[in-house]
Amino acid sequence: MRNLLKRLIDAFEERTGLIKIMSDIARHPVPPDTGWWYVFGSATLVAFMIQVATGVALATAYVSSSGNAYDSLQFITTKALMGNLLRGMHYFGASAMVLLVGIHMGQVFLMGCYKYPREFNWFTGVVLLFLTLAMGFTGQLLRWDQNAVWSVVVGAEQAGRTPVIGDVLARFLLAGKTIGGATLSRFFAFHVFFIPAIIFGFIGIHLFLVLHDGISEPPKSGEPVDPATYRSKYEKLVSEKGVPFWPDAAWRDVVFCFAVVVAIFVLALVFGPPKLDNPPNPSLLARDPAPDWYLLWYFAVLALIPHKLTTPVILLAPLTAVIVLILVPIVSNRGERHPRNRPWAVASVIIIVMMIGTLWVEAIREPWSPDFEAQPLPTGVIGTNEGPVVEGARLFHEKGCEFCHEIEGFGGRRGPSLTWVGDRLTRADLTVRIMNGGYNMPAFAGLLTEQQLNDLVGFLESRRKER
Amino acid sequence: MATEAGGATGEALSPERRAFLTKISLLLVGAASLLVAVPIIGFIIGPIIRRFPAIWRPVGRVEDFKIGQTVKVDFRDPSPLAWAGVTAETAAWLRRVSENEFIAFAMNCTHLGCPVRWLAEAELFMCPCHGGVYYSDGRVAGGPPPRALFRYPVRVNGGVVEIQTSAIPIG
Repeated sequence: MRNLLKRLIDAFEERTGLIKIMSDIARHPVPPDTGWWYVFGSATLVAFMIQVATGVALATAYVSSSGNAYDSLQFITTKALMGNLLRGMHYFGASAMVLLVGIHMGQVFLMGCYKYPREFNWFTGVVLLFLTLAMGFTGQLLRWDQNAVWSVVVGAEQAGRTPVIGDVLARFLLAGKTIGGATLSRFFAFHVFFIPAIIFGFIGIHLFLVLHDGISEPPKSGEPVDPATYRSKYEKLVSEKGVPFWPDAAWRDVVFCFAVVVAIFVLALVFGPPKLDNPPNPSLLARDPAPDWYLLWYFAVLALIPHKLTTPVILLAPLTAVIVLILVPIVSNRGERHPRNRPWAVASVIIIVMMIGTLWVEAIREPWSPDFEAQPLPTGVIGTNEGPVVEGARLFHEKGCEFCHEIEGFGGRRGPSLTWVGDRLTRADLTVRIMNGGYNMPAFAGLLTEQQLNDLVGFLESRRKER
Repeated sequence: MATEAGGATGEALSPERRAFLTKISLLLVGAASLLVAVPIIGFIIGPIIRRFPAIWRPVGRVEDFKIGQTVKVDFRDPSPLAWAGVTAETAAWLRRVSENEFIAFAMNCTHLGCPVRWLAEAELFMCPCHGGVYYSDGRVAGGPPPRALFRYPVRVNGGVVEIQTSAIPIG
């Protein structure tokens, strides 16, 4: 039996040569002491493979029709065997892929691995980063619930800001002039065929270049990259001290990738997939559409920038990000690699992480969004249960003031807190502000009678620390 | 005899003939690619150039709407695909200004397209996404919207209020 198997393998190898090729790749020499910092690239690849596997499985039951997708997802989530787990794994796999591609890029940048001769592989990595985000966005839309439908509109509106071709781009995304039968099919094709096909191609180039140029050696302080001598130094290093990739270096990748798979599985099991929102009916308007967590921070950017900068930011921010990332190895493809000797590189990564983190926290708080669920102020907050102050408190809620201003924890945070506004502003100040409005506040002149204005101002005047 | 290509030792074609065959091969590959690409690209961009009929949709009788009030009215796309399901539904905010005058506002905020809500008591439209605010006549009252709410054509036809179906307002 063993002989038969050996003969079969030999015959296969004699005709294909694949075993030797794979063996050579697996055992190609890599620099020693690569360590745990080098596991994030392979972990990103594993996350992508999980996405492909779980995505193909989901596609066997998902109906990519605008009219039926929602129901098919309900079926997958509540009725199909392990459907809930599978959807959860696809969601947490996507989250892992975005997180890992970011960490991988940060590590490559901080260790200067993008420098000569690996500049071109940095470019392919930049393309893969944006393709990953595109997969995240299109994948969220395939949930095809109320949030997804409005997210498509928000995406089309942003594309529509492009000069000259904006309208065409928006129609291209919508697959027409409105949300409809063709919209979901288009995003399904993007998410399942177009973008993954490009990702496969770029992963192929990315891995080929890893083999072609070799895994970069851990950076050493005082050993700058010089394109004139780098290759000969690298060849000398791997020929004298190199270790076979498998298993000497790869075992760490296997251990970390195993941990990633377990984490995705456990998170999916414990938390499940994102809940489906209401059905994708564009006539249902009570919805505050928001992207999934990995793009949420960008939503905060659009809320916090000065209003007049909205279009320039929508158009130029992504373009600037691409240009800056492409420029990294063009501007600096030689010199020191160790982060200890590159304080600006370290500082820029810290700043980017802090910026995205801060924006992300703000996007979760969403202080710019009116609180439509705000309830009328309780008597305990108003301080009395009769007279014009009570009437003013009623108007404070009815006229929508409370949606944007909080008092003692009740209400929105769009505008400043009015808990102690009576200590800050006089009756005249309050009247002027209410009547004239401001940057984000409507002018209520014409919307309030004189009596209503008096009652409202009276109520606000009574908001003092000491009553 | 050794050739330029990969050390092959067979009888090589003349350089002129090889150059000709290279060109003709590339031309054929290009032409074949074009034949495949044209219908693919045409099909994908088809929805952009597809004609979009403007149809008047009835949304209620005139007497159903009170003067000075703004209400949400639902109607269907002009030519929904059979598999569009509920995505063929759409809506507008209809305001009866006077006896015979109506305004139909698009439900999309002019900032990023989110659905605006009408607050009847406050007489304001508010957007949940980034806090855009509009007055009852659609003018910007505050926040990031760059322009007033878009309007759909609206008419009274035989005592019935009709809204002309339109594209999602972009930009």
